Amino acid sequence: MMQNGIVKRTLAEHRRALDGGEYTSRELTRAYLDTIEQREPSVGAYLTLDAERAMQAAREADERRALGIQKGALDGIPYALKDNFCTAGLRTTSASKMLENFVPPYDATVVARLREAGAVLLGKLNMDEFAMGSTNENSALGITRNPLDPGCVTGGSSGGSAAAVAAYEAPFALGSDTGGSIRQPAAFCGVLGLKPTYGVLSRYGMIALASSLDCVGIVTHTASDCAAVLSALIGKDRLDATSRTHPDPSFEVSGELPHLRVAVVRELLEGDEVSPAVVRSCKTAVELLRAHGAEIDEVSLPSPGSALASYCVLSAAEAASNMARFDGVRYGNRKADVSDLSEFYAQNRSEGLGEEVKRRILFGSYMLTREKRAMYYDRARAARCEIRERMTEILNRYDLIINPTTPTGVFKRGEKITPEKRRRADLCAVYASLAGFPAVSVPFGRDENGMPLGLHLTAAPFREALLLRVASFFEEVGE
Amino acid sequence: MNFSDFEPVIGLEVHAELKTATKIFCACPTAFGAPPNTLCCPVCLGLPGALPTLNRRAVELAVRAGLALNCEIATLSRTDRKQYFYPDLPKAYQISQDPYPLCFDGGLSVGNGERERYVGITRIHIEEDAGKLIHTRNQTLIDCNRCGVPLIEIVTAPELHSAEDAGDFLRALRQILVTCGVSDCKMQEGSLRCDVNISLRKKGSNEFGTRVEIKNINSFAFVEKAIAYEARRQFDILAKGGDLQAETRRYNASTGKTELMRAKERAEDYRYLAEPDLPALSLSREDINAIAKALPELPRAKAARLTRAYGIVKADAEIIVSDPSLASYFEYAATYTEHPILLTGLLLTELLRYCHSDPFDPPVKAERIAEIATMLGEGTVNSTTAKKLVTRLVDGDFDPRATVETEGLAQIRDRETIMRTVNETLCENQKAVADYKNGKTAALRALQGHAMAKTKGLADPVLLEEIFKEVLSE
Repeated sequence: MMQNGIVKRTLAEHRRALDGGEYTSRELTRAYLDTIEQREPSVGAYLTLDAERAMQAAREADERRALGIQKGALDGIPYALKDNFCTAGLRTTSASKMLENFVPPYDATVVARLREAGAVLLGKLNMDEFAMGSTNENSALGITRNPLDPGCVTGGSSGGSAAAVAAYEAPFALGSDTGGSIRQPAAFCGVLGLKPTYGVLSRYGMIALASSLDCVGIVTHTASDCAAVLSALIGKDRLDATSRTHPDPSFEVSGELPHLRVAVVRELLEGDEVSPAVVRSCKTAVELLRAHGAEIDEVSLPSPGSALASYCVLSAAEAASNMARFDGVRYGNRKADVSDLSEFYAQNRSEGLGEEVKRRILFGSYMLTREKRAMYYDRARAARCEIRERMTEILNRYDLIINPTTPTGVFKRGEKITPEKRRRADLCAVYASLAGFPAVSVPFGRDENGMPLGLHLTAAPFREALLLRVASFFEEVGE
Repeated sequence: MNFSDFEPVIGLEVHAELKTATKIFCACPTAFGAPPNTLCCPVCLGLPGALPTLNRRAVELAVRAGLALNCEIATLSRTDRKQYFYPDLPKAYQISQDPYPLCFDGGLSVGNGERERYVGITRIHIEEDAGKLIHTRNQTLIDCNRCGVPLIEIVTAPELHSAEDAGDFLRALRQILVTCGVSDCKMQEGSLRCDVNISLRKKGSNEFGTRVEIKNINSFAFVEKAIAYEARRQFDILAKGGDLQAETRRYNASTGKTELMRAKERAEDYRYLAEPDLPALSLSREDINAIAKALPELPRAKAARLTRAYGIVKADAEIIVSDPSLASYFEYAATYTEHPILLTGLLLTELLRYCHSDPFDPPVKAERIAEIATMLGEGTVNSTTAKKLVTRLVDGDFDPRATVETEGLAQIRDRETIMRTVNETLCENQKAVADYKNGKTAALRALQGHAMAKTKGLADPVLLEEIFKEVLSE
């Protein structure tokens, strides 16, 4: 058995080791499977393991390497997927009873691209049901604990993705981010989480939450790992009409830190909800940038109230629509022996869907009713346009917006979070989601309990390279 | 209260299947009649995570329809989700267009003479078709082959006032859609379907009565029957002092009646949502102009041109243009003869009797029928022979002029020969001669028939009649 230490290496180190023959893809894959076996009883990140096929894929990668054929930077490197990415022949549940036994006949585009790049899929990761939640406690199929403290949640909804990477159960994982679902759990688990520009990564085959906000996100330990994964995944997909060609597809994270104009968001560092440790860590980060020659200004983000309202209404309205196909007719949870059609639908959905999902379906459907749509849905769309414009204005003047990823440190498992606190927590992330801009959460600082905090950087569309370069700077300067 | 004091106010919503090779949001074929669920993929099955991509060909055909129907074309429009649960709708929403349709504010002239009128078209939008439910004795099965087949919905202004108006409109519309290659409009395959909105009001009033919708009628004849029935039904209720209910009905072809489907209070709220999976649909002026340039000549314009260019009557021209293949056959044949009017006669009265395919599939080469028209025009053959030749050509091709020569089918126009035949006939039919002289003019017809038979049908009928009259009046 390989020394377990190898699972802590970066993707570039794995690549060198594989190329240099230090270990094989099979040995590397086995090392992650061993770690999974050791850590899963306390972490619970995986819903489905695909060890056999992973070993097969690893063997094929080794055979290719032996012949001198290489598919790319990720050839032979294992990874894991949030369970809302469709995988041909492998159960894909979205952590819902509705899809507990759903086996898709097709691969999501990002999955197909990783397969094509030779990456080795280890398994599927837990999440909040249909990506609705921010603690992973809304999963209908399992409990995931924070690998750094089993008493804490992982955050969500990509909690499994953050936990698997944090626990070294996978060197990288894909998740989805609708309003912070990659960035917040990354912050809580002490890993890096990138939500790219909307449309940069194909959504085809990713089970939708709110289609106009959903992005494929990447969880890694380092910015350079993230850059490698991003490079393998970008490229317009003819199966996703909203996908776009990246105009600047080189994500080099090394080199001199460029001269930066940085905007610090005043509102996100004020108020009772923001913990002193969070304020302290964010201010430290800002000072570090200043010390490296950055210009720093305080800015106000436009109308936080309307941003949150807009996000709530639009995400729920789209979610309600996207959830409608789960009716049990063609696949999914299905009650036999019900002759009345409405009753059939009602029973399939009542049993198959969890509380939070139902809450959002009701809320979202209400927002779209004939009587309410002008008042809520249409206004939410208008507010979103305004926010996108004002974000564009800010990012014409500044390279980066910097703020904490979350207003507080990680929650305890089972902790009651008030709706107000939950909304405030979302605020840090939703601007980038509404605007469709790229944002990254990079681990920086610790909360009062010594748990990790995240620093949240937002840039103009397609400036992922800049985000990763600055994230890499914070990795270097450390805690 | 008199029925004749009232007029129905009718608006139509016509769904036409666009003639694309593939579906509107995926690459599955649109073929009709394939085994159930064999033309499906994750997209049209609405599997989790699957996303639509818009078929630009469908957009092009919809724009073509819009231009042919005199609509404005939106340079920027969008798709919306129309949401309702039904087992034939895999995503539980239909991708359609709500506030910003692709085409709007158009119309077309329909009907002839007294009934000629301009009917406004409010909008044309693109959308996807649903699947088909197959009900067996104890279960319902779903065939998703039709899911995602591209449709346009054409919505008229409430400007039709009778079953005949509606029929005129549908026929004119069908002609245009077929001519432009937008749709096959095969009602029996469901590629054209019609919803009727109908209310009744006192003639001369500008108010609208309570509106009833009749859903999903699949033949023009049924549309007309349903309107006629429904107008009468509404009148009968009003005449008894009753109130009409806003409701959705269906037409039952076997009873000829409309039946209640659901009351409008229970009408669905479709909770329209701007389709986030598809970017706004933008078309440049250049795109639109290019489509306009490629538009074929439309039926009305073509009928007018045929009337002008060939001197044929309007009614014949309209029959010819009703089928684009028939029209092109006619125009091609017309290049081979100086006698287009005779050609039209042979085409419409003879050839069409042997041709029941839709679209028209010519059973006889255009050059051949043109040649017969020419021989008829020259007097080489008479009309009886011409018709026989057409019939024979349906069974197999030959050169008609050569056949006339070798088989001796040329028209007999020699006075001497005909005179001889007339005299013989008169000798052999003394009773008919007597009848004729006693004022029974019909007897002449019988005599002509005998004489014609003697010439094996080859005599010039005009000359024959002339000589009979001459001889009998002596």
